[in-house]
Amino acid sequence: MKTVIGERSAVISGIGRSPVGRKLGRTGISLTVEAVLAAIEDAGLTRDDIDGVASYPGLFDASPGMSPTGVPELKDALRLKLNWFSGGAEGPAQLGAVFHAIAAVAAGYANNVVVFRTVTESTAQTVGRRASVVGSGSARVGGAMQWMVPFHAVSAANWVAMYAQRYMHDFGLKREQLAQIALNARRHAGLNPQAVFRDPMSLDDYMSARMISQPLCLFDCDIPCDGSVAVIVSRADSAADLRRVVRIEAIGSAIHGRDSWDQRADLTTMASHDAAPMMWSRTNLTPTDVDSAHIYDGFSYLTLAWLEALGFFPKGEAGAFLEAGESRIGLGGELPLNTDGGQLSAGRMHGYGYVHEACLQLRGEAGARQVVGAEVSVVAAGGGPLAGCMLLTTDR
Amino acid sequence: MTFQPLPAVTDDTAPFWEGGAVGELRIHRCQECRVWFHPPSPVCPECLTFKVGPEVASGRATVATFTINEQPWSPDMTVPFVLAIVELPEQTGVRLTTRMVECAPDQVYIGMAVEVAFEAAEDIWLPLFRPLQETL
Repeated sequence: MKTVIGERSAVISGIGRSPVGRKLGRTGISLTVEAVLAAIEDAGLTRDDIDGVASYPGLFDASPGMSPTGVPELKDALRLKLNWFSGGAEGPAQLGAVFHAIAAVAAGYANNVVVFRTVTESTAQTVGRRASVVGSGSARVGGAMQWMVPFHAVSAANWVAMYAQRYMHDFGLKREQLAQIALNARRHAGLNPQAVFRDPMSLDDYMSARMISQPLCLFDCDIPCDGSVAVIVSRADSAADLRRVVRIEAIGSAIHGRDSWDQRADLTTMASHDAAPMMWSRTNLTPTDVDSAHIYDGFSYLTLAWLEALGFFPKGEAGAFLEAGESRIGLGGELPLNTDGGQLSAGRMHGYGYVHEACLQLRGEAGARQVVGAEVSVVAAGGGPLAGCMLLTTDR
Repeated sequence: MTFQPLPAVTDDTAPFWEGGAVGELRIHRCQECRVWFHPPSPVCPECLTFKVGPEVASGRATVATFTINEQPWSPDMTVPFVLAIVELPEQTGVRLTTRMVECAPDQVYIGMAVEVAFEAAEDIWLPLFRPLQETL
């Protein structure tokens, strides 16, 4: 059977974001509406053009500030008239909501879908609750978390650290090499006025930072923040009526291994190693065509896993790839990576900062951090059993 | 109060969480094709039969990977401690995430031989692991 590449039926027609920062003290819906209205305006559309909404992971209160705003609250705040909507966590990681929106547009359920991601984890922490840690309450733990949390493996930092440790053991990756991901992010954040952390960081700073969960130190982990990002997914055949569009070349949403942090056959691979080959199987473009990479760095090791999964270097050779530092992954390097500062330095927008930044790059609007002539960008998000990636291109 | 979240027990998981009461590490196994699998499930992931149930594993394992956690994620959490993913000898790829006990954090390494050491908490027996005690 002929492969159907439905994602080419959709485009990203607009992007918007609220302020992103620490302890903004604003509600989720306030940030969300600001981002959504900005995206609608950016697309040259009006509220009445919006007939679909998708979000990840839907309203989610178990981890404070993780997702304070769901689809119904946005729909009601803006009195949207929707033909299709979806919010939820059970998909190919954070970008799942974008993929759902693409599918809805390709299927004809909706013409212009707002996709948003909102976090208030920083403000939630200030009122005395810790973000992103399961098991702090009194309730019993069920589902997949029961196999980790009762043993005190409560944070994703712990789960990712064990993958990093095994990769270091098997392939000789050194902390000095892993450090390049954090140092690169901070260098780029210095060029991004909207980034949360912009003070220069040296290798000494990195190596002397306190350990969180060995081998991951403080600077290998992103920091909870507040903010919202929205993008509009529209019909490709309406592109002539839109101001400017970013094309969706291919998506990758596969997971073939165990849906688990500890049962996957090879502990030096993740679901990213399933999703990335699917994406490349849906395009004639190859890794050498990529002009900028916007890769999940909630933890530095996840970026490494994605870069390997996407085929930017052979299995096991992350250390040698990263060691080249700025000449490899810097702005003027072979593969400019996380040009906005990533989540490590620009702020933890949980996957959606990358989408926003990739669109800026492909539209030539990234200012001091613009990759000259960027035509192809890869966006990837997730870690462990969660993975989704997509290849975006300029409107050519 | 010390930090100790506990699992919600179901019919499928009760043998695993309660086996420590009699010193048994119980892992699900197919009665037809004899494959061991984890977490417990009502169906064999290989041959799809419903004829599955818990059997007693040796309690021995090998450290597949580990991390020394130094961050107190909760005010009532004592650090540092070592988390590990251990692989059971009964079946390649059957692993447990666990916490190491009865050894200094810097003694744990990938490939280390370990054995189960149950810790009771309410109606649960947590399968923690310690270095394998050599017996003559």
